[in-house]
Amino acid sequence: MVCESWKAKLDNCLDGELPEEEMRGFDAHVRNCPSCSADALARVQMKRAIQVAGKRYAPSAEFRKRMQQKIAAKPQRSFGLGWTLAAAAAVILVVGTLTSAYLGTRSGRDQVFSEIADLHVATLASSSPVDVISTDRHTVKPWFQGKIPFAFNLPELQNTEFSLLGARMTYLDQTPGAHLIYDMRKHHISVFVFQERSLPAGLDDNSLSPKQLPFNLETWSQGGLRYFVIGDASAADIDSLAKLFKAAS
Amino acid sequence: MVFFVGYGNKTLVGWFTLVCMPEESLPSESFEQLAMPHFERLYNFACWLTQDRQEAEDLVQETYAKALKGFSSFQPGTNFRAWIYKILRNAFLTSRTGLKATATVPLDLEGEEEALPVVKETPESILLQRSDGQIVQQALEQLPIAYREILLLCEVEEMSYQEISATLAIPMGTVMSRLSRARKALRGGLQQQFAKRMN
Ligand SMILES: [Zn+2]
Repeated sequence: MVCESWKAKLDNCLDGELPEEEMRGFDAHVRNCPSCSADALARVQMKRAIQVAGKRYAPSAEFRKRMQQKIAAKPQRSFGLGWTLAAAAAVILVVGTLTSAYLGTRSGRDQVFSEIADLHVATLASSSPVDVISTDRHTVKPWFQGKIPFAFNLPELQNTEFSLLGARMTYLDQTPGAHLIYDMRKHHISVFVFQERSLPAGLDDNSLSPKQLPFNLETWSQGGLRYFVIGDASAADIDSLAKLFKAAS
Repeated sequence: MVFFVGYGNKTLVGWFTLVCMPEESLPSESFEQLAMPHFERLYNFACWLTQDRQEAEDLVQETYAKALKGFSSFQPGTNFRAWIYKILRNAFLTSRTGLKATATVPLDLEGEEEALPVVKETPESILLQRSDGQIVQQALEQLPIAYREILLLCEVEEMSYQEISATLAIPMGTVMSRLSRARKALRGGLQQQFAKRMN
């Protein structure tokens, strides 16, 4: 009975598409089950065989050269320079992101943080950073209804230095979530909200040195949701916004 | 510029190339930097779809022309690879060869499982793939396009199910069921190839 349930998931396991916990369970089972391990081995061999056989065709050097010339010669697209200041600031920061974050292998957590930083930067640099422009949390909250698979509360900002600029839907590795953009003394701060269960574990491990990201970032889990607050504002300011969110939830 | 060193996150680098430089001084590397790393693989994929090297070249060329033209519609921060593979695939499907291929075997094979040969899980398939890579290539070639492409995306391109879902514009559930059928079909094909050789 146990075997049947594993065998049904065998392909998904070997494709690395099961949640970590199930993968571990699978591992433990296969170690002690000759039938499942034989099946797994056969499928791994099949995967390899397809991989080898599938890499069959290589373009000629001449064709590569031709394509390269074609692409290089073409004019580039026109673009909108939205939020220029933010983009310019981000450029300086992105050098840091690129040089530090991509050296060596990154853990799942570092990967998530780096993707969050990318989302933050890319959005600010976009010509249309927000899908809904609103300073009113009462407009933003219902806007997300039906767009993301969860609901969350936005904090009241009266008597704070923060103001809400707008919001957009976002994806972290295809997981839908909410992206809110705040302004604080000309600093832009992003708040991301995702469902905790769709993200890798270990995000609360705080051993990340702040130097590894060119931004200040705070993350926590609350009510099944994972929050990220990120921006080039000071750590204290990031923390104040985080506290407002924690209090609102 | 200092940003165009060869770091891993091409989307980000390319994006900044576009956003942060005045238009007239845009370096021509930006699209190229995003797109060229996929060139060899796209060509390989195109060959598997078209089964013809000349047609594959045309298809890749068309893909790059379309991608360049539609580059402004590419959402930064989303998956460039899925985006360009999707363009290639759509270009193929509307090509003469593509239309012909999908006219005989529908692209959407869901619910046609009955038509597949029944496959026993025998060690034959393992033996033969070990002994001869050619036989796997032949079995892949014989597969309907829908099965061939999803296997290539999964095993050769090593795309995640989500990436495949984005590339083929099908839901995740369909990715899983189609992959499972494709694998079954390939095993069946391998056994046929194997039997043919034995005779
Ligand atoms: Zn078992």
